[in-house]
Amino acid sequence: MNTIAEYTLVTLLLAGGFFTLVGAIGLARLPDFYTRLHGPTKATTVGVGAIVLSSVIYFSSKGEGVDISEVLITVFLFLTAPVSANILAKAAMHIGVSTTKNTQGNTWDQ
Amino acid sequence: MLDRLSFPQPYLSLILFVVWQFLSDGMSGASIVMGFVLAWLIPQLTRSFWPDPPAFVRPWKLPFYLALVLYDIVIASISVARLILSGRQPKPVLVSYPLELTHPLAISMLASTISLTPGTVSADVSDDRALLLIHALDAESDEEVINAIRTRYEARLKEMFP
Amino acid sequence: MITIALYITIAMVVLAAILNVYRLIKGPDAPDRVLALDTLYINAIALIILLGITLGTRLYLEAALLIAVMGFVGTVAMAKYLKRGSVIE
Repeated sequence: MNTIAEYTLVTLLLAGGFFTLVGAIGLARLPDFYTRLHGPTKATTVGVGAIVLSSVIYFSSKGEGVDISEVLITVFLFLTAPVSANILAKAAMHIGVSTTKNTQGNTWDQ
Repeated sequence: MLDRLSFPQPYLSLILFVVWQFLSDGMSGASIVMGFVLAWLIPQLTRSFWPDPPAFVRPWKLPFYLALVLYDIVIASISVARLILSGRQPKPVLVSYPLELTHPLAISMLASTISLTPGTVSADVSDDRALLLIHALDAESDEEVINAIRTRYEARLKEMFP
Repeated sequence: MITIALYITIAMVVLAAILNVYRLIKGPDAPDRVLALDTLYINAIALIILLGITLGTRLYLEAALLIAVMGFVGTVAMAKYLKRGSVIE
């Protein structure tokens, strides 16, 4: 394995772990449900995306030919993350989960 | 009978065919045949969910749009990560965004883009498809969020859809 | 170097999973718990891919893809149950 591939791999791995961890910290730390929604939909999808990319580079550089079927996982997560965030926000507004005090604007109830 | 042999959703069929090639180990004669069967069968079975034919006007602009969104996702993640790690309390805003797009697919693409990018999540669409409720994690005012989305994403989507 | 980076990454993802479990237990509302489960399955996907790199095999990718599909369906079903009171009407 050449040096450039190795450094890219290490950077991507650490970035993936970092973003996954930051998403979880956001989930644990942020004040209300609607702000917590931001953690998983962004930080975590980017985290898994970086880890998947490092997996592609690792197996490609081992000389078994380029196979990008891992990328399907990332594509699927990027397609589904907004949908689950949206439907969870709808459910929370329907139940009447309250926002934090310093939120501007109101939730809907239709 | 003859319309049963057609591809009512050409883009969906193309995506299904490509995904099947990735799922099976490498392209072979069997996977190409199976890919064609699936690309024909699944749109036929799910026909009632897709009443309208696809309405792209300029589909070649889609890759540029996706590249822009991917770039923004990376930038957005870094800014959200900085906010989370900084330890200060965010200033969330709930914005009612007046939609200019009318096509359902365009609206859902805009909503997905908003959910994936800079500190915003789309929470709901009004029943008449005129308003989109957006939750911004850390913003100063409504106008800031609305202007950013209007110029960066909705203008580009309006070029692609009628 | 790759091995060390791999172990550090696995440690970070496991720590993330522990924080998710904290949110899962604490709540306070039902949507918070569903969101914690949603994040937890994404972390499980990351761990499976990392395990695949550690062991040098691609066999686990199909499992990761299945978890992605099933986790999404589970999240949607639970959110719909919270909203409507039933999953299939």
